[in-house]
Amino acid sequence: MHNPCGVFNRTYEEDLAIFRTKTQWAILFGSIALALAAPVFLGNYVVGILIQIFATVIVLHGLNILTGYCGQISLAQAAFAAVGAYTSALLSQWALESALPEWFPSVFNFWLTVPIAGLTAGAIGVLFGIPALRLRGFYLVMATLAAHFIIMHVIIRTIGTESRSLPAPHIAGLVLNSPKSYYYVALVALIVLTYFAKNLVRTRFGRAWIAIRDNDLAAEVMGISLFRYKLSAFFIGCLFAGLGGALWAHYTRSITHEFYLLNYGLWYLGYIIVGGMGTTVGPFFGASFLIVLTEVLANALMAFSGSVTGTLVFTTRDMLFGLVVVLFMIYEPRGLAHRWNLFKAYYRLFPYAH
Amino acid sequence: MIVETVIYGLVVGAVYGVVALGFVLIYKSSSVLNLAQGALLMLGGFICLQISQWLPGGVWFFILAVLITLVIATLLGFGIERLALRPLIGEPLISIIMMTIGLNVLLGSIGYAIWGSGNFPYPTDIIPIGSVSILDTPISYKYIFSLIIALLCLLLFTLFFQFTRSGIGMRATADDQLAAQSLGISTSVIFRNAWAIGCITAAIGGIIIGFLIGLNSYNTPVLGLKVLPVVLLGGLDSIPGAIIAGLIVGVTENLAGAYLDPIFGGGMRDLFPYILIMIILMVKPYGLFGWVRIERI
Repeated sequence: MHNPCGVFNRTYEEDLAIFRTKTQWAILFGSIALALAAPVFLGNYVVGILIQIFATVIVLHGLNILTGYCGQISLAQAAFAAVGAYTSALLSQWALESALPEWFPSVFNFWLTVPIAGLTAGAIGVLFGIPALRLRGFYLVMATLAAHFIIMHVIIRTIGTESRSLPAPHIAGLVLNSPKSYYYVALVALIVLTYFAKNLVRTRFGRAWIAIRDNDLAAEVMGISLFRYKLSAFFIGCLFAGLGGALWAHYTRSITHEFYLLNYGLWYLGYIIVGGMGTTVGPFFGASFLIVLTEVLANALMAFSGSVTGTLVFTTRDMLFGLVVVLFMIYEPRGLAHRWNLFKAYYRLFPYAH
Repeated sequence: MIVETVIYGLVVGAVYGVVALGFVLIYKSSSVLNLAQGALLMLGGFICLQISQWLPGGVWFFILAVLITLVIATLLGFGIERLALRPLIGEPLISIIMMTIGLNVLLGSIGYAIWGSGNFPYPTDIIPIGSVSILDTPISYKYIFSLIIALLCLLLFTLFFQFTRSGIGMRATADDQLAAQSLGISTSVIFRNAWAIGCITAAIGGIIIGFLIGLNSYNTPVLGLKVLPVVLLGGLDSIPGAIIAGLIVGVTENLAGAYLDPIFGGGMRDLFPYILIMIILMVKPYGLFGWVRIERI
């Protein structure tokens, strides 16, 4: 926590506060008000992109905790998002088709299946996190790569390759099936989960994860149980992946295994690298920057040459993504969050350079 | 059926071995894990095919095309090392992994943008069509040919590391960078050469795969990922390990495809190497021949 000059913490409450200055409160309320009002003056297309960014940020919070805070690099985040999405899809379908009483589907709906989907993804994440107890670095990367292929293989073999449809959530008699109504579900989930993620890394768990990231042997010598904290990082990381995946699936209302290719797992890692690992704002920066950039590029391509096929757009997106990641690794390995901090320092000291 | 499966496995395994060699070499000399090997494999195969189509047909012109491809691969290796990996010296592991992943996506999508999504078989008039009979099983000439080329490469690289000045320098750098530097070995030249060899092995692998099953800008990079189980099984820093593990993975995945597919309903051939990874990592994380490193605080 770097507070501006002249802000002193005089009580424990002040020391613990996330928002400390008037500017921070103003930014918080301003951005929440802006986010709440956004669907009023934006079209469905832009709102759809915002929902995509929100769902991605939720998945990224998990990966950020796992990789950015605990140092366990995972390529399997897309597979865990798939676990969440498919769990919610199957549970909703089961509730609708089972021979249970009439009232059952109306209780056992979106609001229950999505949390269950998150917990399922978390449990499977713990299962595949077990190798992390013995492995680190590249060997762990390989274990998560294998986890991705094994999970996706099981999904394809047991559930099939045809697309699955999901119901839209209901609340108080309203069906949230339009982008603008679903937007508020995603927004509330994002705010709650961001608050959860931010506070989690400030607790005993967060400090233990950071210690493990910095040096796991030293952490173990200090009395931090690697078993407990590495597996808890996997649980939380995959829980967020499952929640984000299920939220996104209930928005698109139809999922296939092609939404969860290995490339998307790599993209997630790219997002937090570009955004800045080990910071809570990193996922926001990374997801907004890259998603907006690729959308703008796709639209520009469509506009310049009328007959652009979907595959060319995907290829160009991949190319752009690769290029952005490579350039960020060379010129700004600490990501946009670091730039944001530099900007804040500059702003506070303006007009003096130092 | 089993003889054919095993021989096909050996051929594919030898290709994995060649590509894994490049991976191990880069890792040994500069501790960079090159996850871009799949895209390099595809690019090598495609560049050779493209050049051979520009040149007139015939075996000799095809060999010329292969040589030109190897020169291009060398330059590509120099370029990647200088532009992408040199700035990352001293950065943490995730930066290097992410950089090579970024390169993989970038190079892969460039290949996709240039050559599209179709299947590209190699010309059939280079290797005569026909087969020899081994244990009453007809084995196509192209398998025999690919196996010979792969084994020849393995032999050449082994000799290179044992006897040439540059190869010994690479092994010295791999062993201890500081000591090698103090004895007058230029580590930056070694890194450069390691990347060049990494790209050359990938290009050779790509050309052999082109002969065996043809190229596809989507499937060939996925095939390149198979090199990772190979290097893990053999041990990340062992050259003989890469070769032996290549053969083991090639044979076992084909056996799995032949005998486990009917039980589990398909796809086992592609999945088996990753199940193998999980088992290896649980039982023997440093592979068959890798160094067990003792961790200190």
